[in-house]
Amino acid sequence: MAKSSFKSLDKALLLELYKKMLYSRILEERLIKIYKAGDAFFWIGGPGEEAWGVSLGQLVLKGKGPQYDYLHLHYRATPTLVAMGMPMIDSIRLIMNRVTDPCTGGRNFSNHYCFPKWNVTPVTSPIGVQYATALGTAHVQKRQQSSGISIITGGDAGTAEGDFASCLIWSSRKGQELPLLITVQNNRWGISTSFEGQHGETHIADRARAFNIPALVIDGTDPIESYKAVESQMSYIRKTGKPAFIEAHVTRLYGHSSASGANMSTSEVCPLQKFEQSLLQQDFLSSTTIKIWRDEFEAEGFAAQQSVRSELSPQSASVWDHVYADAQNPDWRTF
Amino acid sequence: MANMAQAIRMALHFAENNYQLKDVFGQDVGAPLGGVFTATQGVKSAWNTPLDERGIISMAMGIAMTGERCVAEIQFADYIFNTLDLLKLAGNTHWASNGQYPMPLVVMTPVGAGIRGSLYHSHSFDSWASRLPGWKVVIPSNPRDAYGLLLSAILDPNPVLFMPPKALMRVRGEELIPGEPLDEKELRTRIDAPIGDRSQWQPDFPAIQEYLVPIGQGHIVLPGKDITLVTWGRYVDICKPIVQNLIQQGVQVELIDLRSIYPYDWNLIKTSVLKTGRVLFVNEDTEVTNFAEHLCYRTVQELFYHLLARPQVLAGKQLPGIGLHPNLEDVSVPSSAEIEQVLLAIANEVP
Repeated sequence: MAKSSFKSLDKALLLELYKKMLYSRILEERLIKIYKAGDAFFWIGGPGEEAWGVSLGQLVLKGKGPQYDYLHLHYRATPTLVAMGMPMIDSIRLIMNRVTDPCTGGRNFSNHYCFPKWNVTPVTSPIGVQYATALGTAHVQKRQQSSGISIITGGDAGTAEGDFASCLIWSSRKGQELPLLITVQNNRWGISTSFEGQHGETHIADRARAFNIPALVIDGTDPIESYKAVESQMSYIRKTGKPAFIEAHVTRLYGHSSASGANMSTSEVCPLQKFEQSLLQQDFLSSTTIKIWRDEFEAEGFAAQQSVRSELSPQSASVWDHVYADAQNPDWRTF
Repeated sequence: MANMAQAIRMALHFAENNYQLKDVFGQDVGAPLGGVFTATQGVKSAWNTPLDERGIISMAMGIAMTGERCVAEIQFADYIFNTLDLLKLAGNTHWASNGQYPMPLVVMTPVGAGIRGSLYHSHSFDSWASRLPGWKVVIPSNPRDAYGLLLSAILDPNPVLFMPPKALMRVRGEELIPGEPLDEKELRTRIDAPIGDRSQWQPDFPAIQEYLVPIGQGHIVLPGKDITLVTWGRYVDICKPIVQNLIQQGVQVELIDLRSIYPYDWNLIKTSVLKTGRVLFVNEDTEVTNFAEHLCYRTVQELFYHLLARPQVLAGKQLPGIGLHPNLEDVSVPSSAEIEQVLLAIANEVP
C-alpha cells in the first residue's frame, strides 16, 4: 500500500486504527483459547472484521440516549466495541459467563454484547432482527431532531431475512426517511453455505439502491477505505436525516464459530497483516513496536483470563431476576 | 355507554395527554381510517405503517430501547404469528441484558372468533401468549376494563400484550368510564369520525379521568357457592346468561373474569375453588396445551383434597382453523349449550 493510498489520514490515526485492530485480534484469539481450554462453552466472534469494525467504532458518536448513536450489532462486533473503549476483561467475563459479565450477567454467548452506557443494544442470536429494531431508535432520534443516528451491522447471509427488507422499506419512505447507517459485512459465508448458494444479486448494496438509499461497496479488509466510507456515509445521514448503506467485504478467519472448530483459515485475507505490512513499508511502524504492543495485549488477555477464573458464577436463584422490570413476581408457583 | 373501540380510543387519548404516549402505530391505524375497528380514530399520535407485522413489532422494540412508550397494533391476532420470535425477544431482552434494557411497549391485537371471520380473522392467541415469558398479557371483557387495562399496560415498564376480543369491539358496556358522558349519542357525536370526508374532522374527547385495572387482578362477575367458572374475554358475556339461568335450576355458579392471562390471579381462583370444590375453565383457544390446562393442573396440584368433582377445561376444538359457515364456526368453539351441560355435570358429580 503506497503512502498516497492512506487518503490523507494522519499517522496518529493510522497507528490508532492498527493498535485497536491488533488489540481486537488478540482479544478474539484469547477468547478462542479460553474456549479451547474448556473455560467457555462456545465461541463466536469477528476475526477478519477488524479493519471494518474498528473504523466504525472510531467514528461512533458515543453516549447514552437518543442524542447519541445507537448500535444494533451482530455477533462479530468485537472490533467496534474495542474501538469504543471496551477492555478485554469485559469480553472475557462475557464468554466465561461470570456474574461480573457486564453485558448479560452470565446469560448469553460470547460477542453478545450489550452496553447501555454507549447505546449498544443487546446482540441477539437470531440473525437480522437488528435491521428492523433499529427503525425504532432511529424513529425517536428523528423526532428529537438528534444528531445521533442508528447504526446496524450484520452478515450477508442475514440479509435473506425479511427484517432486512423491512429496514430498507421503512427507512426510505418519502418524507419519513430515518437516520440509519445500514451496513452488511459480507464474508461470503452463511455458516457453511457459500455466498453463491444464497444470493442472486450482484451486490447486496444493489438492494438498497432500489430504495434510493445511497450505497457503497467497499473492501472491508482495508481500514482506510472503511474509515472513509463510514465517515462519508455518517456525514450524509447526520446532514440529511436519511439512510445510507455500506456493503463491506470482509473475511472470516476462524470459521463460523467454535462449532466449526474455530481454526485459522489461511486462504482468506488477513486485514491485520495487510495493514501491518503497509505501515511497516512506509516506516510508520517498526517490528519492535509491534512486538511490544503484541506482548502487552497478550499479557492483558492472559491476566484477565486468570482473574476471571476466580470470579463468581451467577447463583441459581438469580435465574428469576430481571424477568420483569418492576417488582412483579414472575414465578407462578409463588404468586 | 362507550363500546370497546371507543374505550380504547379514549384510553389512548388519555395516555397521550398524561403518560407521554407519543406513538400509536400499525396497519391502517392512522387517518383516515383510524383502525379497522376504529379503535384509534382521532388519536393524534396514531400513524400508518407498511403492511409488515415484523416491522411493526421491531419498531416498537426499538422505541422501547430508547425508554419511550408506544402502542403497536397488529390488526388481527391471526397475523401476529410471523412475529413470534420477535415477541420472544421482546420478552427476554430485559432478562438477557441482566436488567439493563427494559422494554416498555404495548402490543394491541384483537383476538378470538365470533365475527364470522373465517380462517384468518378468528384466531385466538391466549395460549400462545401465555408461553411468552417476560410479557404481561391482558384480555378485557368490557369497555371499562379495556380502558383500565390499557392504561395499566401503557404505564407498565414491561412488554404487555393487550388483546381485546374482536367480537366485543362494538359492544357497549354497562358501566361508565370516569368522565364519560352519560348520553352515548353525545359520545358518538364527539369522538366518532363522520362517514365520508374526514379531512377537516377533529374529535372532541370528553374530560375522561384516570382509571386503572391492575394487571394480574381478576374479578368476580357473579358470586356463587356451588361451582367456580373461570373464563375471560368474550366468554364472560357468553357465560353470564348461562350462570343466571342455572340459578333457576338451583345451581349457583361463581363467574370469574380472569382479565389477565399472565400474571394471573391465582388467589381469586383458589379462594373460590376452596369455597365451591368444583371448577370449570372455559375459553375459545384450541384445546391441546390450552392455557386453562395449566390452571387446571395447578388446581389439581394445590387443591386436590378440597375438590368435590373433577376440574374440567372446555376450550376450542383442536382444528386448524375456524370455518366460515356458522355451522362450522359454532361447533369449533364452546357453545352455550355445551358450557351449561358441563356445568351441570360438574354440579351433579358425586365425589
